[in-house]
Amino acid sequence: MKKISIITMLAISVVAGSCRKDSSFLDVPPKQVLPTDLAFSDPALVLSILGDLYDRQRDFSSLDGYPSREYPQSPNGDREPGWRTFADFSEAFPSENGSSFLVQRTGWGYGEWAIWDYGYIRDLNLFIQRATAATKLTEGDKARFIAEARFLRANYYFEMVKRMGGVPLITDPLAYDYSGNVTPLQRPRAKESEVYDFIISEAEAIKSILPADVNQKSRATKAAALAMEARAALYAGSIAKYGATTPQVSLPGNEVGIPSTQANAYYTKALSASQEIINGSAGSYQLYKVLPDLSDNFAAIFLDKSSVNQEAIFVEDFKANGGKVHGFTTNDQPFSMSDEGLDAGRLNPSLNLVEAFEKLDNTYAPIATKDAGGNPVYYTNQLDAFAGRDARLAGTVLLPNGLFKGKRTEVFAGYQLGDGTVISSGDATITQDVPGLGKNIQVVGKDGPVNGLEFRTQTGFYIRKYLDPTVGSGRRGRGSDVNFIRYRYAEVLLNAAEAAFELGQTGTALGYINQVRSRAGLTTPLAALTFDRIVHERRVELAFEGHTLYDMKRWRLATRVWDGAQMSVADLVSNIGSATKHNTQPFGLWPYKYFNPGNPNSGKWIFKEVKPSAVTGANRFQIGNYYSQIGDDILSANPKIVKQPNQ
Amino acid sequence: MKIKFHHIILGLLLATMGCKKDNYDAPSSKLTGRLTYKGAAINVEYNQVPFELYQPGFGKTGAIKGTFQQDGSYSTLLFNGNYKFTIPPNQGPFMWKELASGKRDTLAVTVSGSQTLDIEVTPYYLINNTKITGASKVVTAVFDLQKVITDANAKNIEAVVLYINKTQFVSAGDNQIASTNIAGSAITNMNNVSISVNVPTITPTQNYVFARVGLKVADVEDMIFSPVVKVNY
Repeated sequence: MKKISIITMLAISVVAGSCRKDSSFLDVPPKQVLPTDLAFSDPALVLSILGDLYDRQRDFSSLDGYPSREYPQSPNGDREPGWRTFADFSEAFPSENGSSFLVQRTGWGYGEWAIWDYGYIRDLNLFIQRATAATKLTEGDKARFIAEARFLRANYYFEMVKRMGGVPLITDPLAYDYSGNVTPLQRPRAKESEVYDFIISEAEAIKSILPADVNQKSRATKAAALAMEARAALYAGSIAKYGATTPQVSLPGNEVGIPSTQANAYYTKALSASQEIINGSAGSYQLYKVLPDLSDNFAAIFLDKSSVNQEAIFVEDFKANGGKVHGFTTNDQPFSMSDEGLDAGRLNPSLNLVEAFEKLDNTYAPIATKDAGGNPVYYTNQLDAFAGRDARLAGTVLLPNGLFKGKRTEVFAGYQLGDGTVISSGDATITQDVPGLGKNIQVVGKDGPVNGLEFRTQTGFYIRKYLDPTVGSGRRGRGSDVNFIRYRYAEVLLNAAEAAFELGQTGTALGYINQVRSRAGLTTPLAALTFDRIVHERRVELAFEGHTLYDMKRWRLATRVWDGAQMSVADLVSNIGSATKHNTQPFGLWPYKYFNPGNPNSGKWIFKEVKPSAVTGANRFQIGNYYSQIGDDILSANPKIVKQPNQ
Repeated sequence: MKIKFHHIILGLLLATMGCKKDNYDAPSSKLTGRLTYKGAAINVEYNQVPFELYQPGFGKTGAIKGTFQQDGSYSTLLFNGNYKFTIPPNQGPFMWKELASGKRDTLAVTVSGSQTLDIEVTPYYLINNTKITGASKVVTAVFDLQKVITDANAKNIEAVVLYINKTQFVSAGDNQIASTNIAGSAITNMNNVSISVNVPTITPTQNYVFARVGLKVADVEDMIFSPVVKVNY
């Protein structure tokens, strides 16, 4: 009896439980996916969507590297490590045997640097469309979110136009109607100038919507939009002006190449956009002048994340213990003070770059290694060889015997005896006998240099820019959270100077460039300005900030500077400061201890210019490298795309 | 376990069932040839002058790409069919016919079995009668230059360069060991032009080098070369 009642009750509950309407049974809202209207109902949710879009920006150099999302995909699908994105163009030597190809190849493929991520553009267009349609956001939030997405979209088009020239300008999310006809989705390439015009007009349209807040650095601000506009207009102006020297690099439809008549209009826009930041209407931006030591001060621009830093305008931010960190410090810290054993020392600035930093009297000179009679120059301290130079040298490059984390690097390549014999070894732990000094002496520095000994410097220099002195930042587990600065005030000043110079306003240009120079300790103002001076100033101020390739491309200097000719020491030390100086192979400067008892110079240091043995190739930039090749799958999917000039 | 007879039969059956033909044979028709001008071979830099073959009618329109060898020869394996041969714009030290629309002309090629097809082009210049000799660590080249294109498309000589290398690949991009160049403006007589280059110390030692003369035409990236010569010095 009891059993029967239990079964009956069960049966009733089962039957009653199934008595639901179809609609309430089948239409269950998903619990893992937020529907669009819900996602765009709350500013915090919208910000999290926007956060992903911010994270997917592309830079040329990036501290945390980038997945090979671009076209063509890397065959292994691997990630380009951050440090390596700084290592090319003979500005540095890669001290990692797996990356030696950077200095062994004789040029770049036509497809190098190509990107074509219209998936990202579509996501941005969808975001703009959905945010525009949202009803539950306040007008202020909504306007700002849309302006930020438009900034990111313009910035990505800027990144594409730098690499590919004119690309299809798509500003609405394209939808396929499943009709079998894809022709409406196939858009032709815009003119190169049209893409630049789009970037400039977008920046003008959103600048007053974005906040003018100097402390807002990782989200788009008025100053970020203006800095992007100034840089884009400057690039367009110089392509128009200097593109005339390479008539082969153009297409009849102007998808590549800008008519030279437009140069002045672009330069004028670049100057006025820069001046809008300089005159303070976008926030009180200024050069970072905080620390008394000018080199430490220069290094601190990239380390100081506090509100004192009013130089950084727009950055890729990182946060230690917060999930977004990078391994730049781990990969590049000096070997002897590595937090991570064998993980160190990959990015070694080249002597080519070091010699470009001028002396305090505004003249260029190589690091003195020999006197007029051909005898070596002896230095009591290794750092004496670099004294009296632009403070940015020691701020960008960690010199031999340089200070990092309270310790000094130990860089020496061996002992040189009075008779010229050099005693060296393959590693600091392999000792040698030095006659007169003793047996089993350490004869090379713990930090190198030895040819082929990876993770120690092989040029004599370590990188200092972005190198994080925080305790633990060199560990793989913790990582570093130093910012990558995408736009900063010093570049705005240099953009303004270049635009003013090209417009013939040399006085204005000198005013801007001298501000940047005096911050670096070059207190004698320049009295005259030349094109070569501008090229030089951008190289030393903006070294390792991802500008080298784009600058050389827009000035059409790339084919002359990277001409594929092998370099000798004589080439290296001559013509410093010339815009067309060859820079095809990275050199090093190796210190040796001079040991010759009885000689007054015994115990002092001598230096030798060395081409690291791994350097066998020479950079050759070909006409076809000016604009990266468009992949065959893109061309075949869209017959309206015209090929690049040399493709 | 004992292997029984019917196990073997079963195994053989499975094996024979897997013996089906692949759906395609690999391409086997070899198309070869070289760059010529009136029968004379045009020498170019290795792996720098590309050519493209299009086979229309198969959906996607990507090219079959290849590059010319140092002596201007090329070879490619193809399926039988109709192809269009072309050289991309701004490539090669020669003129390639362009259509009125500014597009590159194509050469129709019908491939059925292996065949030879020489590509006739008009170079800007020719390097003739090249004699390269070596003695006491100096390599000297004597040659004549001939300007081929003399109409409105004519271009000046930017430089003439003598390259030497340890290996048979000789050009600016091949890590050559030494080179000497003469600027085009310094050449007054196009006949009997002479350049010499000192041979640096080579490790490991070898008593020969490979040499050839390259001619850089102004505003044209690819150089035109004389044939590679092995020189004892």
